[in-house]
Amino acid sequence: MKAGIVVFPGINRERDMAIALELASGHKPRMIWHKETDIAGLDLIVIPGGFSYGDYLRCGAMAAQSPVMAAVRAHAARGGHVLGVCNGFQILTETGLLPGALLRNAGLRFLSMDCHLRVERADTDYTRHYQAGQVFRAPLAHGDGNYFADDDTLDRLEGEGLVIFRYATPEGAITREANLNGSARNIAGIAAPNLRVLGLMPHPEDLVDPLMGGTDGKPLFDGLVAALAA
Amino acid sequence: MTKAVVTVMLKQGVLDPQGKAIGHALHGLGFEGVGEVRMGKRIELELAEADPAKARALAEDMARKLLANTVIESFKVEVA
Repeated sequence: MKAGIVVFPGINRERDMAIALELASGHKPRMIWHKETDIAGLDLIVIPGGFSYGDYLRCGAMAAQSPVMAAVRAHAARGGHVLGVCNGFQILTETGLLPGALLRNAGLRFLSMDCHLRVERADTDYTRHYQAGQVFRAPLAHGDGNYFADDDTLDRLEGEGLVIFRYATPEGAITREANLNGSARNIAGIAAPNLRVLGLMPHPEDLVDPLMGGTDGKPLFDGLVAALAA
Repeated sequence: MTKAVVTVMLKQGVLDPQGKAIGHALHGLGFEGVGEVRMGKRIELELAEADPAKARALAEDMARKLLANTVIESFKVEVA
C-alpha cells in the first residue's frame, strides 16, 4: 500500500498518522505539502488532524481551497482511497467529497478524551478487520465535531449504509450520553457511496501500539493494508 | 471601488450553541427580556468593480464558493 499524508500549515497529527501507517504497512508514507499537485501512484491519501490555517473562517474551509485538494478530488474521482480524520474529515466535507458539515460541539467545550465507536458495517476496506457491531475505543480531540446534515441527507446516508461509525457506550448502545459532541444520529464517521472516501472525527491512529495505551485503532490500518496490498 | 458587506448566519434550524451561550450570559447579567440570540459573521470586502449590481453578483459568488458553507449557513450581501 502506497500512502501519502497531506500536510497543511497548522496540521499537527501527521506524525501520529505516519506512525500508524508505517506500523501497518512497513513503509513510510509520503508527506505531501499542500502546494504539491502530483500525487500519482498513491493508493491512499490521508488528510490528518490538526488546525489547518488556524481554523480561520470555518474549520477546513481554507484547506479545501488549496492546490493539493484538486489533486485529491481527482484521486477520489478515479476511485482512489481517501481517509480524513478530525480536521481531515472537516476538510473533506468542505471540499464536498463527503456530505454535511461539522458544527461547534453542542456543549461548546473543546473535548479531549476517549470515546467508543460502534462499527456499523465491516464490509469496507477500512473496517474489514473489525466485526459489524463491534465497539472500539478511540481518542478524540476537537471543538467542532458535531456532525450536521439535513434530514434528507441523513436518511440517504443511513439508507445507503454510508454511516460507518457511531458514538456508542462501551457496550455498543447508541445513547445521548455517548454522543459527546451532539452529532446528528450519533454519527462519528461516514463514507462516500463507493466506500473508498471515509471521514471520522476520532483518532484511530492514536491507539495502534500498546505503548499508546491500546491497539483498538490498529485493525483499521491493518484492514486497509490488506485491502490495498497490490 | 465598491464596498460589499457579507453577513453569514447559521441557517434557521441549525443549532447555534454560541448564540445560546450569549443568551444565557445576558440573562445572567439581568437582561431578562432577551429571547433567542443568534451569532454570525460580518465580512467586509473592498471590490475594484465600480458597478453596484456587478459588485453584488461578485460578492454573492464569493459567498457561495468560500465565505459561507451553504450546507449550514445562509448569507446576505449589502453593497454600499
